[in-house]
Amino acid sequence: MNIASILATKGDKVVTILAEQTIREALGVLAQHNIGALVVVDDARRPVGMLSERDIVRWAARNEAVFPLLVSQLMTRDLILGAPGDDLGSVGSTMVTRRIRHLPVVDGGKLVGMVSIGDVVKAQRDQFQGEVDTLQTIVMERGH
Amino acid sequence: MTRGTAERPLRVAVVGAGPAGFYVAEHLLRRGDLVADVDLFDRLPTPYGLVRAGVAPDHQKIKFVTSAFDKVAAHPRFRFFGGVELGKDVSVDDLRSHYDQIVYTTGAQTDRRMGIPGEDLPGSHPATEFVAWYNGHPDYRDLQFDLSQERVAVVGVGNVAVDVARVLCRTPEELAKTDIADHALEALRHSRVREVYLLGRRGAAQAAFTNPEVKELGELEAADVAVVPGEVELDPLSRQALERSGDRAGAKKVQILQSYAHRPPTGKPRRLTLRFLVSPVALLDTGAGGVGAIRLVKNRLTASATGAIQAQPTDQFEELPVGLVFRSVGYRGVPLPGVPFDDKWGVVLNEKGRVLDPETKQPRPGEYTAGWIKRGPTGVIGTNKPDAAETVTAMLEDAAAGRTLEPVEPEPDAAERLVRQRQPLYVSYPDWLRLDELEVARGRASGRPRVKFTRVDEMLAALGNRRRP
Repeated sequence: MNIASILATKGDKVVTILAEQTIREALGVLAQHNIGALVVVDDARRPVGMLSERDIVRWAARNEAVFPLLVSQLMTRDLILGAPGDDLGSVGSTMVTRRIRHLPVVDGGKLVGMVSIGDVVKAQRDQFQGEVDTLQTIVMERGH
Repeated sequence: MTRGTAERPLRVAVVGAGPAGFYVAEHLLRRGDLVADVDLFDRLPTPYGLVRAGVAPDHQKIKFVTSAFDKVAAHPRFRFFGGVELGKDVSVDDLRSHYDQIVYTTGAQTDRRMGIPGEDLPGSHPATEFVAWYNGHPDYRDLQFDLSQERVAVVGVGNVAVDVARVLCRTPEELAKTDIADHALEALRHSRVREVYLLGRRGAAQAAFTNPEVKELGELEAADVAVVPGEVELDPLSRQALERSGDRAGAKKVQILQSYAHRPPTGKPRRLTLRFLVSPVALLDTGAGGVGAIRLVKNRLTASATGAIQAQPTDQFEELPVGLVFRSVGYRGVPLPGVPFDDKWGVVLNEKGRVLDPETKQPRPGEYTAGWIKRGPTGVIGTNKPDAAETVTAMLEDAAAGRTLEPVEPEPDAAERLVRQRQPLYVSYPDWLRLDELEVARGRASGRPRVKFTRVDEMLAALGNRRRP
């Protein structure tokens, strides 16, 4: 299983924001889509950072006036990018060890989607469940 | 009116009778809190999709899964409309006027191309066509493969590639115990294939095959297995990845492959060589008007940003003389007439199984997808079960919220009338069970699991060409 199999059922949708937009706007987008993180992109839709609800919470805890700040001030610039062909075993263990919850995915320099650690865990669980189920069926049905 | 009650059952059409289609039906029919009618369509008269036409004939145990599908089909609210094709016999609009919900489960029907020069030379074939041919799929049974060639390359190390290599190495006696199609058995009896190469672009640790599959390749009756010792040594990146993930099965797989490096040939008539870290860059016509050789670039492994191990080409090349090439580098879904398609991933455009409108990216009410045409060609047969469950969850949420189609003729009889009118020779599930019995009876005499019907008219004739008035 690879990243492409997750993105295939995400309906071609990745929610982005520009670095020069405000946190107020970013919160609006997060709330509107009911999601936890945005990919920050430049004018050419190349990813330049990630902005998660945690980034905002961390700032808000020490600065009540977080709303007018710019996305570029709060975003994480230390980006790890995935590719559609990356296998989920490697992706999952990298996300766990590097404590990354959201991974933007690029193909030929272009942003094509984002996967969350939850997506990766679910895909791997479905894969294992499927393997077990196939084996069980073969064992159960062989006597017939 | 609420759909899903005894007074007004939820009426569902499922298009494509492979594992994903059966799992969708199962999830809908086995719920205590819902009354659903499921009509399962397939363009072939026979059900089971790739379990019948894909799974290798010498892997009969895997085909036992069909008895689970038969149990689903025995449900009184299940019907099968075999030999009825979407876009030819019925349209999406026809289904909209008879069902509350439609689910597309048509699978990934084409091969991805390698995109290299010479790919279309005579003697180069998609591996899936060879698989469909030896499994007796009616659309492929008349294909010809030049089995007078002695040297064959199979590009890829996934399930399909391994199946093809193994079938090429089997003896006619071994194959005669399986349900391989008669025409294929006959052609393979005269096979002159002696050297089979399986070509993997990454290393031994990354190969998709499972340990039982690798072991099976080392225990073939009439073929010695070989590897190139340098290609199965564990590189530092792969070693690190195996250790980090604690993947003991993966480590074992590498050990098994390494043990093949020290096996002396035992003089079996065929040899199967597993190659790693090579990618085809061209198929070459060496003068015979077809494939004469395959040009390979040697790869080295690098890790991507996420730690995924990738093949990078080096500047070292080699030429392998082969007269026949089967390519198995991935599959793609085929667009369905009237259904939005996501060209980037080769699937029906969807979000968690809900088909989306390509303009608004909002769900199209009443249309869903599951299986390979939803997520791409990954996983084993059983992976489609949780995948189908996700789709059915979305379907039931939408039905509860009243977001369904509004069919003008929702009665089960009306749908059957439509099918009868468009395809009077459609095959029902009882018809299929009769065909199944006949196939099994034909096999019994020769000690085979079954002898398949491989032509649609042959199947219909066996059923007495009964037109339904």
